[in-house]
Amino acid sequence: MAYEITLLTTMAISVLFALSLNFITGFCGQISLGHAAFMGVGAYTAATMMKASISLLFVIPVAAVFAGVLGLLVGFASLRVRHDFLAITTMGVVFLFVGVVRQQEFLGGEIGISGIQQSVLGRTGFMLLCVVLAGVFAGFSLLVKRSWLGFVFDSIADNEDVSQVLGIDVAKYKLFAFVVGTATAGTAGALYAQHYRFVGPDSFGFVESISVLAMVVVGGIGSVWGVMFAAAVLSVLPLLIQFVDDYKILVYSALLFSMMRFSPDGLAGIVQRLLNRVRNR
Amino acid sequence: MKPVLEVKNVTVRFGGVTAVDDASLTMQGGDLIGFVGPNGAGKTTLMRVITGIVRPHEGSVWLEGKDLTKLATNQRIRAGLALAQQIVQPLRKMSLLENVALACGFSKTANPFKALKSFDKSAEKATARELLRRVGLQDVVDAEPSKLPLGYLKRLEVARALALKPKLLLLDEPLAGLNQSEASSLADLIKTLNQDGLSILLIEHNLREVLRICPQVYVQDLGKSLAFGNSNEIMNQPEVIKAYLGES
Ligand SMILES: Nc1ncnc2c1ncn2[C@@H]1O[C@H](COP(=O)(O)OP(=O)(O)OP(=O)(O)O)[C@@H](O)[C@H]1O
Ligand SMILES: [Mg+2]
Repeated sequence: MAYEITLLTTMAISVLFALSLNFITGFCGQISLGHAAFMGVGAYTAATMMKASISLLFVIPVAAVFAGVLGLLVGFASLRVRHDFLAITTMGVVFLFVGVVRQQEFLGGEIGISGIQQSVLGRTGFMLLCVVLAGVFAGFSLLVKRSWLGFVFDSIADNEDVSQVLGIDVAKYKLFAFVVGTATAGTAGALYAQHYRFVGPDSFGFVESISVLAMVVVGGIGSVWGVMFAAAVLSVLPLLIQFVDDYKILVYSALLFSMMRFSPDGLAGIVQRLLNRVRNR
Repeated sequence: MKPVLEVKNVTVRFGGVTAVDDASLTMQGGDLIGFVGPNGAGKTTLMRVITGIVRPHEGSVWLEGKDLTKLATNQRIRAGLALAQQIVQPLRKMSLLENVALACGFSKTANPFKALKSFDKSAEKATARELLRRVGLQDVVDAEPSKLPLGYLKRLEVARALALKPKLLLLDEPLAGLNQSEASSLADLIKTLNQDGLSILLIEHNLREVLRICPQVYVQDLGKSLAFGNSNEIMNQPEVIKAYLGES
């Protein structure tokens, strides 16, 4: 049972993390190659607080706020850059994050923070919490997609300049997406810290940022169900198959590039096309 | 009554090129003005200055007595401008109906929180359908823009601009790419909209239609305001004729 609980918890945290990136990249069309930094901010915030014996349930919202505030700042700084430049800027954020954390004594420097105590929820209770949070955010994402907010995001992802000419305050919408997405990544980070009871600078670097992007792209950029499925599968693959664990970045990058090459709309797109073909028979 | 639009001494330079050179224009509410001039006269650039897409080096733009100079494009749209662009820019991943419906929902899209609380699109879609019918696109409402010829997308631009319920409608060559009967029916629509009270500034190379529907014209040449007034009189002025034909 314990193993299944670990697997489910890992999946739920990854699903939440991938959906948080999907909100920014999938919904609003803003590429990010540094999303792990925001998970890291949440994880380190949570780890530090939990070491001070503060309850997990209080720690989670604080971690979300910290990550969201950083997200707002990065969002502001990124408003003027697009596409490739946005990719490079966000990549810079994750290198900066790792670089800064390594230097901080109070964050454990190179070694990180270990020995985080288990929460009062116990392992099963914590797993349920992770599943519920991932489920709630998935529900929220689906709601957004149906709302006028989703409609506006579609237009911004399609063409920012046109959106402006249609009276849409593109900057406001982008910042909204950044804050929601990064705060949620911070939440996933807090869960991560509790799950592994350890955080280190290498847990939230460029590799993790690419991994989560791979989950979003493989699932289908913008597709809530596709991203959930891809995140669930890809997160436990390294636990189930040793090879994937050994060559994680290689496997994920290969998946990322082959998807972009052969099915830019991911698994969701493949499923959609198959459904259409069956229907049109 | 304040003029609906005042362009005061606007100058725009792109590197060494002065695209707009100290141009001024005043429009009264209810005007339908033909904005003409040879290629490269800076018409589109001036239109972009009015909507805030291009920032002028000098000069200012006023809408109903309100200075727009410091406002971003989206704020100017909400202040009452709408633009149908010369280079068509449909949202490519949306149908024509969705393109127009999004614009119709401008009150719901004022900010993300309001947009998040709004779900129903039926009213906007109904209005969008009606607008697409008015520009003659009723048969392709569900089509993808990338599958349609230019003449259709030009009219989509117009429908989308109308969806914003503007006080002042800016049209940049809406008739280009349309055949003669399509052009004259769209020109008729422009005329009708104006008769219903909408102020319209119309950039157009199709002089026949301009002279047919616009009581007044504004002529620009080499970025400078050349003439403004009664269409037939202006188009007979020697310097206007020269600007159009004289380069040869
Ligand atoms: N973004 C830009 N960068 C550099 N030069 C530009 C830019 N936009 C316009 N120009 C130049 O400014 C001048 C005016 O261009 P503009 O498009 O405003 O003319 P126009 O009157 O709309 O012409 P047309 O009738 O062909 O549409 C031209 O010489 C053009 O090459
Ligand atoms: Mg032009």
